[in-house]
Amino acid sequence: METSLILIIIATAFVNNVVLSQFLGICSFLGVSKQVKTSASLGTAVLFVITLSSAVTHIVYTLVLAPLNLTFLKTIVFILVIAALVQIVEMFLKKKAPQLHKSLGIYLPLITTNCAVLGVALKNVDMEYGFAQSVTAGFGTALGFLIAIVLLAAIRERFDDSDVPEAFKGAPIVFVSAALMAIAFIGFSGIKF
Amino acid sequence: MDAFLAILIAVVTVTVLGILIGTALVAASNKYHVETDPREEKVRNNLPGNNCGACGFAGCDAVAAAIAAGKAPADACPICSQEALDKISEVMGVAAKEVIPMEAYVHCAGTCGHVSQKINYVGIQDCRAAVLSGISIWECDYGCVGLGTCVKECPYNAISVKDGVAIVNSKRCVGCGKCAAVCPKGLISLERKDKKVAVRCSNPNKGTAVKNVCSVGCLGCSICTKKCPTGAIYMNGNTPMINYSKCIGCGTCADVCPRGIINRFDN
Repeated sequence: METSLILIIIATAFVNNVVLSQFLGICSFLGVSKQVKTSASLGTAVLFVITLSSAVTHIVYTLVLAPLNLTFLKTIVFILVIAALVQIVEMFLKKKAPQLHKSLGIYLPLITTNCAVLGVALKNVDMEYGFAQSVTAGFGTALGFLIAIVLLAAIRERFDDSDVPEAFKGAPIVFVSAALMAIAFIGFSGIKF
Repeated sequence: MDAFLAILIAVVTVTVLGILIGTALVAASNKYHVETDPREEKVRNNLPGNNCGACGFAGCDAVAAAIAAGKAPADACPICSQEALDKISEVMGVAAKEVIPMEAYVHCAGTCGHVSQKINYVGIQDCRAAVLSGISIWECDYGCVGLGTCVKECPYNAISVKDGVAIVNSKRCVGCGKCAAVCPKGLISLERKDKKVAVRCSNPNKGTAVKNVCSVGCLGCSICTKKCPTGAIYMNGNTPMINYSKCIGCGTCADVCPRGIINRFDN
């Protein structure tokens, strides 16, 4: 059991990297990767939200949707639950941990609409994961997102000092480097569990 | 009938879930309600909202919080309009100051045709890096480097480099002064938007030395100071400076300048 949890982390963080292999959460991946510092904050917030939401959605799925034969409603119910969860977490942090809210606060509403969060919840259901496995898969996926966004931000910081060809300046070079990163991550796909 | 029942169960479940979540949200917002200064939001609403950072704070939200908390003056935003500053001052209960709209002005006219290139610079494409290399790219040691550090710095896309010299788009410039802060040659200054004339050269050298490196640079002949009817121009070394509080905008200096380096504005 313990080995399989570690395998799940490696599988979700590297082999099936949420951004670079499954192309989920691309919007914030490209949008908030200008600086390593801000991208690390976003990545941490995502880590927090995805881990929490995969736990909550698993509970909702097994206790509400599965017994009532309403599994076809999972998409809409998960969206509801995740949006509300992020809102409550934001309020909680604002009151109880203002410093943490200051550093993560602006990213929390952004994450509500991050499809990676919903993607993890739906994938956990498809894989028929148990509670511990779901939370682990959520954590691993978010870890993969954190790794990918920090790496891209580090690359983008280097663009500032390099002579990028005129036609590639701005968004194009970011897309090119993201694509090259995705190709690099294909290297993990040979690993089968 | 089964299908109908299934639909009914689905509708009821989602409704109940929605109500539960809604109640939880309301409860959470009551329980975790944080008191904020109502003035902060009012101040924030009157700020430009560009988050340019020219005030020295992390953005418009941060400066609004600082103004409301009394940590920053009501006119902390350097690009605030008169109307907005009046409202902010009213919210904060202080007397409104007068806003003089400013804009950046590049004191160099040495375009490629006027100044010749001394070296072919291939290093880091940044004016500050080029200046650090110790050798001037252009014959004139005081002119615009032309690598566009100010262009990258400007949050309003108001500045561009044309023929090797930065030029400010007066319509877009709000006078935040970020370009002036990064120019390694100190060529950019904030001037009143309603100025009628401005000197477009910063070379402090004497006439011959300027003439040798630039075909438009100021020779320091000081005829403008003599012809000015109000004595608004004075010489700072070999460069004329304009005292805008005395300037009446007659344009005599621009007419008499043998190099045409004093610019005239129609605004």
